[in-house]
Amino acid sequence: MIMDLLQEQLFQLALVAALLVGLCAPAVGTFIVQRRLALLGDGIGHVALTGVALGFLTGTTPVLTAVIVSVVGAVAIELVRARGRTSGDVALALLFYGGIAGGVMLMGIAPGGSNAKLNSYLFGAIASVTVQDIWVIAALAVAVIGVVVVFGRELFVLCQDEEMARASGLPVRFLSLLIAVTAALTVVIAMRVVGLLLVSALMVIPVATSQQLTRGFRTTMGLAMLFGVLASVGGLLASTYSAKVPPGAAIVLLALAGFVLALGVGKFVRRGRTQESTVSERPKMRVEEVA
Amino acid sequence: MSETAFAMTDGRVSFDGKPVLRGIDLTVCPGEVVALLGANGSGKSTLVRALLGLTPLTGGSTLMYGSPPGRFREWWRIGYVPQRLQVGGGVPATVREVVASGRIARQSRLRRTSPADKAAVAGALEAVRLADRANDPVQSLSGGQQQRVLIARALAGEPDTYVMDEPTAGVDADTQQLLADTLAGLVRDGKTVVLVAHELGPLEPIITRGVVIREGRVAHDGRPPRPEGDCARPGHEHQHPHAATPAAGPLTGWQGEAP
Repeated sequence: MIMDLLQEQLFQLALVAALLVGLCAPAVGTFIVQRRLALLGDGIGHVALTGVALGFLTGTTPVLTAVIVSVVGAVAIELVRARGRTSGDVALALLFYGGIAGGVMLMGIAPGGSNAKLNSYLFGAIASVTVQDIWVIAALAVAVIGVVVVFGRELFVLCQDEEMARASGLPVRFLSLLIAVTAALTVVIAMRVVGLLLVSALMVIPVATSQQLTRGFRTTMGLAMLFGVLASVGGLLASTYSAKVPPGAAIVLLALAGFVLALGVGKFVRRGRTQESTVSERPKMRVEEVA
Repeated sequence: MSETAFAMTDGRVSFDGKPVLRGIDLTVCPGEVVALLGANGSGKSTLVRALLGLTPLTGGSTLMYGSPPGRFREWWRIGYVPQRLQVGGGVPATVREVVASGRIARQSRLRRTSPADKAAVAGALEAVRLADRANDPVQSLSGGQQQRVLIARALAGEPDTYVMDEPTAGVDADTQQLLADTLAGLVRDGKTVVLVAHELGPLEPIITRGVVIREGRVAHDGRPPRPEGDCARPGHEHQHPHAATPAAGPLTGWQGEAP
C-alpha cells in the first residue's frame, strides 16, 4: 500500500513537506523553548496569515508573501521583546490579533479569496502542496538547518543565558534577530503542513517530549527532530488512509500522544538515576492559546 | 594596547533615575586579586557588571584592556562567573555542554570543536572535581555544584582576567575551599581576579586588594580588610545580629552586613 502511495506525485510532495517540517520545526523549537519563547511560533503564525492574504490580494505566491510578512513580524516581535518589560506582553498580543484580523480582512476582499482557502492555511492542507511550494519549502529548510549548524554553539549560549552571551562578546542583538527570523521561516515551512494555528505545536511538543528522556541539549534537539519526523509522517499516513482525518490535527495529536507516553517513560527513566532531583526537569507546559 | 585590565573613571550608573554608582574610580592591574566588598545594595554587583559593559554607564567611562566595552574585541581574555547558573526554559544541558560553552569566545563560527577545546574543558571539569558528573544535566546538580560548573565554564575559556560575582555566596565549606585552591593556582599563573564577596572566608589569604563599596562610592581601597574581634574567631559564622548598628571604621561596610 505504501509502495503504491509512493508512486503518486501528490503523496510524494506531501511526504517531502512533512519530512522537512518534522526536521526543521523541532530544531528551531529547541532554542525557542530554551529561550522561554514557546509562544513565539504562535505569534509569528498569526502575523503570517496577513502575509498569505496579501499574496492572494496581489496575485503573488502566498508562501512568498508569507515569508516576507512573517519575517517582518518576527523582527518586530523581537524588538518589542528586547525593549519592553510588561508592556511587551500587550504589544505582542496586539500584533497577534492584528495579524489574524488583517489576514481575514484581506482574504475577504481578495479576488480569489474564500473561506476554504483561508481554512487551508489556518489548519494546513498538505494534500494540496504544489511542486513550487516544495521548492520554496526546501530552500527555507536548508536555510533553517544551515543556521542551526553554523550558529548552534552561539545560539546555545544565547538561549541559556543572554548575559553570559554578552560577556562572551557574542553579537547578542544579531543572534536574537537571527533566531526570530529563523522561527519565521520555520512557520512558513510548516504552514502548509499543519496550518498557522498549529505551527507552534510542532516547534514545542517534540521538544517537550524529548526533554523527558534526555540529559543534554544536543541529544534533546536530535531526539526532538526524530519525534517531529515521526509525528508529521505518521499524521500524513493516517490522513491518507482515511480521507476524513485532517492531516494537521492528526500530526499534532500524534505528537501529543508521544508526549504523554514520554512523560510516563521519563518518570521511569529518572527513577533509575540516583540522587537527581526531578523538580527542575518537569515539563514546562503552557496552554497553547488559539486566539 | 593597554595592559590594564579595567580602568573606570568616575563611573556612574542610575536605574530609573535612582543613582546606584555615584562616581567610581577603579583601576585593576594584571596579577591583582581584587575583592569588591560591601553591603547588599551598596552597588558592588552593579560595579562588576558595569566593568564588563553589561550595565551601561550613565556617566563617566570605563575601559577593558584599553577599549570601551562596546568596542572591546578580545573577549576571550575575560572569564565571567555570574551569580547564578541560568537553566533557561527547561531544555536539559549537560555539565560538559555548559562548561564547553566557556570556550565560545575562542571559537570561530565554522570551526569544529578542536582537541585544545576538549582538553581545556576536561581540565576545567577536573579542577572543580566534576569530571564524574560531566554527562549529567546541570539541572540535577545542587547549588554548590552549579557554582562549580560556572567556575569551570570560566576556567575552560583560559582567560587572563576572571570576574566573579559572589562566587562564594550560598556555597558549602568544601566548595569554598575548592574555589580558594583553584584561585590560588590562577594567581600563581599570574591571572587577574576581580571578585564580589560578601565575606572572604578561605579566600582571604590570596586577596591582594580590598575595595569596599558603600552607597555607590569607594569607601576603602587598599589592603584587604581583616576581620576583627568576634568575627576573627576561627569557625565564626557570619550571622550578624549587629548588622543594623555598624561600628566606626572603614571596614564596617562589608562586615556589618546582613547575611
